[in-house]
Amino acid sequence: MKKAISVTVNGVVHHQDVEPRLLLVHLLRDVLNLTGTHIGCETSICGACTVIIDGQAVKSCTILAVQADGASVTTIEGLGTEANLHPVQEGFWEHHGLQCGYCTPGMIMAGAQLLDRISSPTADQIRHGLEGNLCRCTGYQNIVEAIQYAASKAK
Amino acid sequence: MIPAQFDYIAPTTLDEAVALLSQHADDAKVLAGGHSLIPAMKLRLAQPQLLVDIGRIKGLSYIREEGGQIRIGAMTTHYQIESSARLREICPLLPEAAGQIGDVQVRNKGTIGGSLAHSDPAADWPAAALALDAELRAVSSKGERGIKAADFFVDLFTTALEQGEILSEIRIPIPKARTGQAYLKAAQPASGFAVVGVAVSLVRDAAGKCEAAAVGITGVASKAYRAAAVEKALAGASLDEKMIAAAAAHATDGIDANGDLYASAQYRKHLAAVYARRAITAASR
Repeated sequence: MKKAISVTVNGVVHHQDVEPRLLLVHLLRDVLNLTGTHIGCETSICGACTVIIDGQAVKSCTILAVQADGASVTTIEGLGTEANLHPVQEGFWEHHGLQCGYCTPGMIMAGAQLLDRISSPTADQIRHGLEGNLCRCTGYQNIVEAIQYAASKAK
Repeated sequence: MIPAQFDYIAPTTLDEAVALLSQHADDAKVLAGGHSLIPAMKLRLAQPQLLVDIGRIKGLSYIREEGGQIRIGAMTTHYQIESSARLREICPLLPEAAGQIGDVQVRNKGTIGGSLAHSDPAADWPAAALALDAELRAVSSKGERGIKAADFFVDLFTTALEQGEILSEIRIPIPKARTGQAYLKAAQPASGFAVVGVAVSLVRDAAGKCEAAAVGITGVASKAYRAAAVEKALAGASLDEKMIAAAAAHATDGIDANGDLYASAQYRKHLAAVYARRAITAASR
């Protein structure tokens, strides 16, 4: 039986009737057409589906949409705008923190969470803070530099 | 990967939740943070008819001190424990173990109660709960009872929780003065789960000798266990390198170790002794 939920995504309230088994990532991508959040491994490992719920970075492939009822969700689409990128987005641009780009939305959301908790992280803290996100192209070095850029920019 | 169909209820009180569980007996599962159950449901290893989501019950997420105990609500996330400055001060094993679970996102959502009730043989919390002599509070429509950690883990994914019971709180005696603690694990590089995890809490006497030690080991067998032979060897011993190594060598005495593609039973036993030695050393500093 479908459940009525109300979720605020990037500041917009959405009322939906959803099956309890609908995963949050599918609500975002298939129902709300916010395809910036990617589906990678589907097993809570890769972090491509990372979004921020009420200030906490989480893997949206491991959360039911009904669990997000009443919550405020930020996806990559809501982090910055093209004209006014979030510092982490700008860092990925400036330091070429991506190659194929598949992991990038999740990396940026996890990076934003990291800077929320530690405003000037060391390279080690950045690598530790991104432990839940896998990139198979870059070797991570430019991603670390992108976050360092964002940290210095945010000051 | 999409779970099989199920019905979903999110009660707002514990009374409602236990009533639902007794009403639906075999068909219902409790959903806490969902970071063990939802993956199992996506793989269709679990196909409950009804999920009772306890995430909307107020007052199940807290860390407080009461009656000489640390009391942690079942819905407290790993991150809340990891980031608790007070726990780092009075019971550092808790934040140390919490910080080694999964990854940032998993720790933000996964809960201590959910993990303990799931009783994954490679989970971190069971080792810590054992080493800290935790008491797990279970609530049902019949009332409430306490289960000692040593009696809680029954077998692979099996706990002493009875049908209709919800794990509501974890109680840990506040560690005495001169207590040293550590949690060290050999993490499976892909999953982050413990190939071997060793939690140690030991008390030294005024002369620096070990007065008593508690050692919980996860990852090795079908359930986490107290390494009684290690504890016995440590009691009254001076905590020098040789004594610690001799005690740690008993880490898998009487234990039937698991083997898998990543680590054979023999390798796990070896790792258990090595990590026991390192964890005892770290705890005795």
